Amino acid sequence: MNPTTNSLGTVRLPEIAAEADRSGTLNNVFAIAGVVIKEMYRRKDFYVLFVLTALITLLMGSVTFFNQENIVRYLKEICLFLIWGASLVITITTAARQIPAEREQRTLFPLLAKPVTRNQLVIGKFLGCWLASGISLLLFYLFFGAVAGAKEHEWPVLNYFQAAVLHWFMLGIVCALTMLGSVVFDAPSSTNTIMLIVSVGILLIGRHLNKVALKLEEPAQTIVYAIYFALPHLELFDVRDLIVHNWALIPWHIWAAGLAYAVVYSAIFLALACLAFRRKAIN
Amino acid sequence: MTEAILKTKDLRVEYRSRELGQEMKRALKGLNLEVRRGEVYGFLGPNGAGKTTTMNVLLGFVNATAGDAWLFGVNVREPIARQRIGYLPEQTYYYKFLTAEEILRFYAKIFRIPKADVERRIDAVLKLVELEHARKRQIKTYSKGMQQRVGLAQALINDPDLLILDEPTSGLDPVGRMKVREIILRLKNEGKTVFFSSHELGEVETVCDRVAILAQGELKAEGQVAELVRLHQQPNLEQVFLKIIGYHESNDQLTRNRQAA
Repeated sequence: MNPTTNSLGTVRLPEIAAEADRSGTLNNVFAIAGVVIKEMYRRKDFYVLFVLTALITLLMGSVTFFNQENIVRYLKEICLFLIWGASLVITITTAARQIPAEREQRTLFPLLAKPVTRNQLVIGKFLGCWLASGISLLLFYLFFGAVAGAKEHEWPVLNYFQAAVLHWFMLGIVCALTMLGSVVFDAPSSTNTIMLIVSVGILLIGRHLNKVALKLEEPAQTIVYAIYFALPHLELFDVRDLIVHNWALIPWHIWAAGLAYAVVYSAIFLALACLAFRRKAIN
Repeated sequence: MTEAILKTKDLRVEYRSRELGQEMKRALKGLNLEVRRGEVYGFLGPNGAGKTTTMNVLLGFVNATAGDAWLFGVNVREPIARQRIGYLPEQTYYYKFLTAEEILRFYAKIFRIPKADVERRIDAVLKLVELEHARKRQIKTYSKGMQQRVGLAQALINDPDLLILDEPTSGLDPVGRMKVREIILRLKNEGKTVFFSSHELGEVETVCDRVAILAQGELKAEGQVAELVRLHQQPNLEQVFLKIIGYHESNDQLTRNRQAA
């Protein structure tokens, strides 16, 4: 056969050997993450939660009870609680549907038929969800900061920065844990429920498990202690008081250690998610 | 002989049944295939013959129980084996919240097509599949035929040397089918290799250089259409196919069908 000229024009693709390099992996991870972010801002759930939180914040910011000055603190507390709730819901629901939806809607097939590995897919999805939760968090904190600042006439920017970054890294752990859950449980609805219960459970009772263990007999004591030490302590990242009471900043090295703690836990959950997904039959 | 760019050797795939006491299901029983550069290769077989399983192995979705498969001499377990292929699934599965342009840009990024080439390439493939007018619309607003054409566009975005098409005309209207057929012939004239499965035997007869007929996970026949027709002494590929897969229609039934027709 004598091939005629390519009517579409040729494309210069990288050499096959060059594909295996690190930049190829990063390229794929960022491309997949980009699609996740696009999906978030084209869906309505984020806007609904943002508008709801913003409305409640504005409404509460506009009222004054009994001419009390420190009422602002209560309002800040309630609004931060709402932001924490909304960010958890956005992160968990976004992360939980990623891989199951790819399988269910079968978008996984044309994607994995390209030079993309399953690990790149999981990491790309995680990165996309984490960045998307970061964007929503930034909007929430900017809005909340503006309302609270206008009310108090104080602008503790560094307090906000420390609290928001710790919050974002905590969402990283939740996101990685949810990705793992979504690979194991498959159905997004069950992953959503389980992960919401687990995250809220850790936030509420995580710090008390060691005290509970002290009161138990063996072997229950060892089991509860093991859970206490194995669990990611999400409550460590809850520094809302830093903003509510305008406390002094956390020493930066401790703040950085907190971030490192989040990175380690996120990496562990992500590695487990990759491992589980590699074993999964996708046909 | 021209170089084989798709090759399988003693390919076996077995699935463990989910029900207790059930035997292992053997989807492929030692499949040997060789597709040469520049040919259009039809992959035929009744439902459940193992066509999709073969494609799943070639695309790395499923690992073979035994044997091996290569694309361009690279084992299919390596993701880089898929760098120069285009794949069109039987039904279109794309991110519905993206526009055609965005989905093509996404896949172009995955293939690391140089930025200077991306827009030119997107324009060219959208023109080929006649979707230029709808390039900025989200895929969820497309008709089935349009979605299938987006599928074809994404399969061509990296200027692939090998196209793997899983029943590319399934569910399309006659015009859509004709267009897909035209594109396959055009790619053939450009020296591309096309490996495709289809139940449309008339279409296969028109476009294929060689065909393989698979039944119960085994390769039953392979060769040029004319050669198979002569060898099996049948009037056309459809009759060859029916004979090879062991479908016997009684003469009475045939007569009744003819009368009814």
